[in-house]
Amino acid sequence: MLSAWLIALLQALLCAALAPLLVGWLRKVKARLQNRRGASVLQPYADLRKLLFKETRVAHTASPLFRIAPYIVFVATWLASATVPLVALDLPTAQIADIIVLVGLLALARFFLALAGMDVGTAFGGMGASREMMISALAEPALLMAVFTLAMTAHSTSLVSVMQHHLADGFLLRPSYLFAFGALILVAVAECGRIPVDNPSTHLELTMIHEAMVLEYTGRHLALMEWAAQLKLLLYGVLVVNVFFPWGLAGDFGPVALGLGLVAVVLKLGVLAVVLAVGETVLAKMRLFRVPAFLNLALLLGLLGLLSHVILEVGT
Amino acid sequence: MSGLDWLSDFLARLGAEQVIVAQDALALAPAIRLALAAEHWATAARVAADMGLRHAGLWADCLDDSALAAEDRAIRVQACLEHAGDYLVLETQVPMLRPVLASQAAFYPGVDRLERHAHDLTGLELTGQPDGRRWTRHQAWPEDSFPLRSAFPLAGEPVGRTPADADYPFGRVQGAGVYEIPVGPVHAGIIEPGHFRFHAMGEDVLQLEERLGYVHKGIEKLAVGRDPAGLARLAGRVSGDATVAHAWAACQAMERATGCVVPPRALALRGLMAERERVANHLADIGAVCNDVGFAFAHVQCGRLRELWQRRSQAVFGHRLMMDALVPGGVAADVCERVAEELLQDQAQLKSEIAPIFDVVADHPSLDDRLMTTGVLSESDARQLGCTGYVGKASGLSFDVRRDSPYAPYEGLAMDGATLPEGDVAARVRVRMAEVRNSLGWMDRLLKALPEGPVRTDLPEAEAGALGLGIIEGWRGEILSVVRFGADGRIARYFPRDPSWFTWPALERLIQGNIVPDFPVCNKSVNGAYSGQDL
Repeated sequence: MLSAWLIALLQALLCAALAPLLVGWLRKVKARLQNRRGASVLQPYADLRKLLFKETRVAHTASPLFRIAPYIVFVATWLASATVPLVALDLPTAQIADIIVLVGLLALARFFLALAGMDVGTAFGGMGASREMMISALAEPALLMAVFTLAMTAHSTSLVSVMQHHLADGFLLRPSYLFAFGALILVAVAECGRIPVDNPSTHLELTMIHEAMVLEYTGRHLALMEWAAQLKLLLYGVLVVNVFFPWGLAGDFGPVALGLGLVAVVLKLGVLAVVLAVGETVLAKMRLFRVPAFLNLALLLGLLGLLSHVILEVGT
Repeated sequence: MSGLDWLSDFLARLGAEQVIVAQDALALAPAIRLALAAEHWATAARVAADMGLRHAGLWADCLDDSALAAEDRAIRVQACLEHAGDYLVLETQVPMLRPVLASQAAFYPGVDRLERHAHDLTGLELTGQPDGRRWTRHQAWPEDSFPLRSAFPLAGEPVGRTPADADYPFGRVQGAGVYEIPVGPVHAGIIEPGHFRFHAMGEDVLQLEERLGYVHKGIEKLAVGRDPAGLARLAGRVSGDATVAHAWAACQAMERATGCVVPPRALALRGLMAERERVANHLADIGAVCNDVGFAFAHVQCGRLRELWQRRSQAVFGHRLMMDALVPGGVAADVCERVAEELLQDQAQLKSEIAPIFDVVADHPSLDDRLMTTGVLSESDARQLGCTGYVGKASGLSFDVRRDSPYAPYEGLAMDGATLPEGDVAARVRVRMAEVRNSLGWMDRLLKALPEGPVRTDLPEAEAGALGLGIIEGWRGEILSVVRFGADGRIARYFPRDPSWFTWPALERLIQGNIVPDFPVCNKSVNGAYSGQDL
């Protein structure tokens, strides 16, 4: 039991350590697709280090909430990522926190992020917060629909059970899984602020969503906010690859199984990032008011997943 | 003069309004100068607006030499009108002791800021001006001093750090749920400073008001007392991205004022440089419009092509933007046969490289969704404001100085696909793509038949008071440049009228009905010059 907790702790640390690498890799692939050389894949680490050691300035209109929000956002996102099996399956963290807790932790982080955006009182922060809330209000139901589809198949809301069920079944092309997969991908794109919903690399304040909320942050506050955003991307990435393609996850805590698990998840995430990069290269950002239609599609897919599960798969 | 049928019509209508004019076809050739009394100033504008003439700008000139008696000092005001490629300059004078003149902005909303600029710099009082607020003057000089008067020292009156212009009275929109978004003057990107004040409800823009003037450099005052070569250098710095066009317009004005005949080879090279400038800027903007909607691929590709293009400009003309490559009477450097060959190869290469990129930009569903129907400028708004260049062309106004009032070396320039009726961001991008293609084709023909001969000649000595009007199609549109020589052969007055004077107000109109996050792409598709407008 002790070793299980140790591995859970190591895995949580690994999440935090890998998150910048995923973003670095994503940026690198995008740069290559645009015929650019691009920065090193380790650049996000350098950026975090720079921000952590820079002086932290706070606007004089800021309330204490503005100062504590980065810590809450980071910790909540980190905890959420710790509940998702990354390398090994049967972890105690996954036993005490199911998918509903994960969604709740992410909602907590977003709540404080939006409050912090509005706290200083600039027009951009408020705009970003209102846009973020519009998107999340639509993304959350879609996410829950996708999650319930999986939960109904496995008869459990625990991610570990879902993955174990999937592993035990072997590769079976279920219509409900396909729909849920589509819904989760769309939600992940929206929630992580990627093109076509938000453009993480823009400098145009008026078009920003996530960046607008953290516009007033500097130094270590900004580093935590950025790091939390990277963790969120990793979290959704792991959710997609490990729920739908759980093969390679370590079933026991032996060094070989764990090593294989690590290699497998890194490879899977690497491939996912390439797919995301291709998508971001061929698409322009949507007009803001097209996003609801985009997320309604995700909701529809989630519902179809549920329905197809009930109609086609129950009882077989 | 059959082309000027409208002029006799205009004169007849003025006559019917009891307006007496003195006509002079030489002083400002090719424009015709009509001098009229100050009290008829607004009437003339009303008649011109009724006839549908385009107002091409208005400027004031202080004739207040210290040798003159106080009651003889005056402000001369000129306004340029255009129709069917023919230009007309209305001129009047008001005494410096009581410099009051009726405003023309009621009939031509596009000249509103030009009038306010004239007031801030010369003290011309405009009655009936719909908007009496300061424009170019922030807090760098007091309200009752006027930089363009001769009493104002050339070095200015530095007061240390200029205080912020914090109490500028912005227009207000009130109502439940309406909020203001102040943007700028310092922006997140590497662009020039300008302040935008939005009134929005939710994401819908109710009103946009621009506040410019943050890069006022005192160009007009700095021009006073310069020699012609010095003015050409200064004109090249009115707006860095349009350095060739502005320098050409200033040189053309000086050459017309002095009767200088520029060698054909020099004119051909000027045309070459102006088109190179157009291609470089259009490439950058097409990419930047795509980048503003998150389509970085086109941005990177266009940026690469522009960079290579500018490196060639550096190698051939000595400067990436071709600054100071034009001099009064010609150009600074010749192009030898080998270089002309290289340029031809460059152009062929660029043509083959832009083809697939432009195909993507013109026909990508994801881009179309963002750019089409976004930021529509109606033809009537464009006409009313006097927009030229790609902004006018994308709204159905095909006017182009190179075609409608051609000057050497422009002849046989194709205008294929360069006028579109839609008026949206997509149309402005498409017009630019067509202009790039047309310019490349024209440059090919020009380089294959470059005239022989010298590339510069000496500018003759200017007579005191000689006037010149330069009219050039820059990459943003029609540039007017007015030059008056003083008694010593030096410049007494220089005014460059960048097309941005009219496209900035167009931006305020075309953004209405759009949402806040679409503003950057609308702004980039218009791309007014801050520096060219602030002077």
